Amino acid sequence: MTTPLHDLTLAEASARLRDGSVSSEDLTEAALARIAATDETWHSFITVSADEARATARAIDAQRQSGAAAGVLAGIPIAVKDVIATAGIRTTAASKLLEDFVPPYDATVTTRLKNAGAVIIGKANCDEFAMGSSNENSAYGPTRNPWDPTRVPGGSSGGSATAIAGRQAYGSLGTDTGGSIRLPAAYCGVVGMKPTYGRVSRYGVIAYASSLDQVGPFGRTVEDCARMLGVIAGHDPRDSTSVDRPVPDYHAALGGDAAGLRIGVPKEYFIDGMQPAVEGAVRAALDTLGGLGATTSDVSLPHTSYAVACYYILATAEASSNLGRYDGIRYGARQAADDGLASLYRNTRALGFGPEVKRRIMLGTYALSAGYYDAYYLKAQKVRTLIRQDFDRVFADVDVLATPVAPTTAFRLAEKTSDPLAMYLVDVFTNPASLAGLPAIVVPCGRDEAGMPIGLQLIGPPFGEELVLRAAHAFEQATSWHRERPPEPAGAAA
Amino acid sequence: MKIGPDDIRTVARLARLNLTPEEEASMVTTLDAILTYMETLNALDTTDIEPTAHIIDLETPWRADEVTNEANTEALLANAPARDGNHFRVPKIID
Repeated sequence: MTTPLHDLTLAEASARLRDGSVSSEDLTEAALARIAATDETWHSFITVSADEARATARAIDAQRQSGAAAGVLAGIPIAVKDVIATAGIRTTAASKLLEDFVPPYDATVTTRLKNAGAVIIGKANCDEFAMGSSNENSAYGPTRNPWDPTRVPGGSSGGSATAIAGRQAYGSLGTDTGGSIRLPAAYCGVVGMKPTYGRVSRYGVIAYASSLDQVGPFGRTVEDCARMLGVIAGHDPRDSTSVDRPVPDYHAALGGDAAGLRIGVPKEYFIDGMQPAVEGAVRAALDTLGGLGATTSDVSLPHTSYAVACYYILATAEASSNLGRYDGIRYGARQAADDGLASLYRNTRALGFGPEVKRRIMLGTYALSAGYYDAYYLKAQKVRTLIRQDFDRVFADVDVLATPVAPTTAFRLAEKTSDPLAMYLVDVFTNPASLAGLPAIVVPCGRDEAGMPIGLQLIGPPFGEELVLRAAHAFEQATSWHRERPPEPAGAAA
Repeated sequence: MKIGPDDIRTVARLARLNLTPEEEASMVTTLDAILTYMETLNALDTTDIEPTAHIIDLETPWRADEVTNEANTEALLANAPARDGNHFRVPKIID
């Protein structure tokens, strides 16, 4: 039986384009048909940019036929999280406030995708302004986990993950502030990568917490992610926090095996109350890596349990400042003033923002306000130093750290919506690397008793992308978890 | 209680948010629980610890003082909730 086009990995689709057995138009139509058949169930997309995608695909096909050099992603349909600006294609940040916002320019990562020949197929659903761990905070309705649509896909880049798990796109971009790429990757059984802070430009990415936000790829395989990372990484004069250092050949990093890799296993990431199947799968993954010649050793990151409190103070403080711009003056859905200009701001924000965004603005405003700044914000900044020092110490002795991604597999919709703190605690194993700005990749490493995917997180030292890619690739090549696929949604043609 | 209804109203005013009475009540409960959880940080002695504002060493980049952004006034104003020629229109603020 021939593989349906939507089932190809990014690397396979690229090879087929190169040997001329498919066109970009074929791949684009396959992706659009797949989205049409499945997205009523999964709701991975807020906007499907079918017309633009078809036009790009035809142009790329014509270029290829004329013999022009093709970019790394030439002709490949890619989904982009809806917090990343796409010129001429509306970008909502999953907020009602930006329902009709059409960016006048591309984010740098969008430009880089386009320059590499990618076909932007649509804008992926997410939590409003990337704030959430379940995708239930989207003003356009939640995304569903393809493995079980009664469960969440994780957040905030849930749609970017489900588009890959559900074979609706060959690759996608998400953003990760406190785990927003890694958690959905784990919950949906795909590969997702958060690069080192500063590795990828944030220009044109709708800001949530600027000292933490980072763009990264999702793919079906580690190789697919390495290809996309090579495209989006690099210095950008338009983002002064993007680091000016050469971008390695990430694809070449995949050639290495796990022999000699020193893997640290932080004991603080195996906690009371975690789902036994998750711990079991991660321990089994460590055995697999050991069998491939890696050495594993127990290490300690003593401040791990403080990361969630630290993160939610700093991230909400930054958010309260970043979201000040949504005042209904220059863009966004304005509400009328009833008591002077300030009432226009208040009314616009009251109706435009959802409950979780309001909560985080309130928390952040409180943490920065006179009388509380030292107790919350400054304290959290100091704890951030301690968390970073934990990592500095262990990376003197190990190459990468291997951990679970979350204490459980994907939970059910509405299970945590009435308890924000319980939702925040889902991030317990992803917040630490965010606070330290470290690169981390998630690869599928098992399934629980209900069949839900389990992910393995590999964290590297700053700019250690090649190390985590190498470790993840070696693991992936020795296992078959990445080849498993979710069931077809009811009513969809396979 | 870490935070009460009066605090919530003060913070909402600072944040330029109108909250309904139901939202106010919900904020009191949820923010109180979250702030209580955040106090776990007080278990750590951070007396001589430098705060981290940014994880990478940032240098101030310099460039020539030249216009580098393209003129796209129309595209920028196309998103305006209200415009008047090349201006964003707002309610009258000075009588």
